[in-house]
Amino acid sequence: MEWVNAIVQGVLLGGLYALFAAGLSLIFGVMRLVNIAHGDLIVLAAYLGLTTTIALGVHPLTSLMIAVPAMAAIGYVLQRGVLNRTLGDDILPPLLVTFGLSVIIQNGLLEIYTADSQKMNAGAIETASLEVTGGISLGVLPLIMFATAVAVIAGLQLVFYRTALGRAFRATSDNQDIAQLMGLNKAHVFGLAMALSLAVVGIAGVFLGIRTSFDPAIGPGRLIFGFEAVIIGGLGNLWGTLAGGIILGVSQNIGAQIHPGWQTLAGHLAFLFVLAVRPRGLFPRIEG
Amino acid sequence: MASILSLRDVEKSFGAVTVADQLSYDVAAGEALGVVGPNGAGKTSMFNLITGTLKPDSGDIAFEGRMITSTSAAARCRAGIARSFQIPQPFGGMSVFENLLVAATQGAREPARRANALCLDVLEQTGLMAKANALAGSLTLLERKRLELARALCAKPRLLLLDEIAGGLTQHECEALVGTITDIRSTGVSIVWIEHVVHALLAVVDRLIVLDFGRKIADGDPHDTMASREVQEVYIGIEADA
Repeated sequence: MEWVNAIVQGVLLGGLYALFAAGLSLIFGVMRLVNIAHGDLIVLAAYLGLTTTIALGVHPLTSLMIAVPAMAAIGYVLQRGVLNRTLGDDILPPLLVTFGLSVIIQNGLLEIYTADSQKMNAGAIETASLEVTGGISLGVLPLIMFATAVAVIAGLQLVFYRTALGRAFRATSDNQDIAQLMGLNKAHVFGLAMALSLAVVGIAGVFLGIRTSFDPAIGPGRLIFGFEAVIIGGLGNLWGTLAGGIILGVSQNIGAQIHPGWQTLAGHLAFLFVLAVRPRGLFPRIEG
Repeated sequence: MASILSLRDVEKSFGAVTVADQLSYDVAAGEALGVVGPNGAGKTSMFNLITGTLKPDSGDIAFEGRMITSTSAAARCRAGIARSFQIPQPFGGMSVFENLLVAATQGAREPARRANALCLDVLEQTGLMAKANALAGSLTLLERKRLELARALCAKPRLLLLDEIAGGLTQHECEALVGTITDIRSTGVSIVWIEHVVHALLAVVDRLIVLDFGRKIADGDPHDTMASREVQEVYIGIEADA
């Protein structure tokens, strides 16, 4: 029963990882940009949530109403002001600039919030759980997070395939030059894509801050989890990203069940295994 | 007649290769202008300059009296310039209908319902209705060429630039295409058409210009121009003295 429990909890944890990954996947899909600062932006969102919670005295989940739009706005400005200038035939400039951004965010947060671990306190909901059968109970908070992840993925899928904005994303992703000749302002489309990506990051960050303690240095670790979920699921496939997150979460929990020190290692091993067997991920969508 | 497009001393070169050399001409509103010239004469580059994909080294381009030399490609499309490509470049991962919707909603700025109606009309007009939901990447070459025309039309251009859309068509298909383009003209759209299939071109255009090494070497009545000595020499490749 312990094992079943480990798997179930792993699935729920996978939802959070899918949230880490969805924004990363979206940005890569639309503009082939690998955002090295993604993890640090998640941590930034967690601090935004924390500050909002303390300053306004609201519940951490309520802070989403501030953190999500704020992150979206940061995303748009960041893209139009900085990242658009790095995009071109060479893939190195965006990597270097987002790496620099990662360093800046980490040190900025360190300066403002110090290196002390923080955590948002969500109160009674943190310990509330639903008893399923004998040894298995589902935490209400992990359930909320998982349901949100599914809803976010479904929402992104809907935006991508059913709306004019999604068509603009896909057309620009397909052929930037032609998209511009069809009247699409590439700079604006990319700005909107980054805004959407960081809106998801806003949710992921606040959830992270409620679920575990965080400090300014944990960003790169979240980036790795996000990357692994994207790659396991297959590039360009949002549902695949959710599956990737779940596989990562389950692997980690099984690893932890075997030995407490093996949690992260087991996740990386699962990733390595998928990479060796299916280098393009389990459900690839983007060709080449 | 007022001119819809005006090029003034447009120059563009890539290193030693000149694709536009003191290029000047006007297209009158409602006019259909044909463009011929040997391969490498700078015909497609001229379209790239007009649509904003390329920026000229010097010279000016005006559309409907407004200078657009430094306007972005997207803004030029919205202003009313659309083109087709010689080598079709559809959004391969999207359906035919979605390809058209991008042009209708972004280029023509139509709200959703009107964009749908516009795309349906254009599908009908270009004979692509049966392929509306097919992935653009799965189309045959002929269908892709039609999609090029259809997508350009969905941007509701006032100036339509056509780049060799008659190449590879059968006699019958070519006649149908000439009919379609004549219809488009009759709605008041100005056309600049680059074409190697001269008989199709001559069936539509009022005027012809000839390019060679980025220079305009002839400009005038289509039949006279085709028969002129410069064209015989440069374009057809016959020695005038022979």
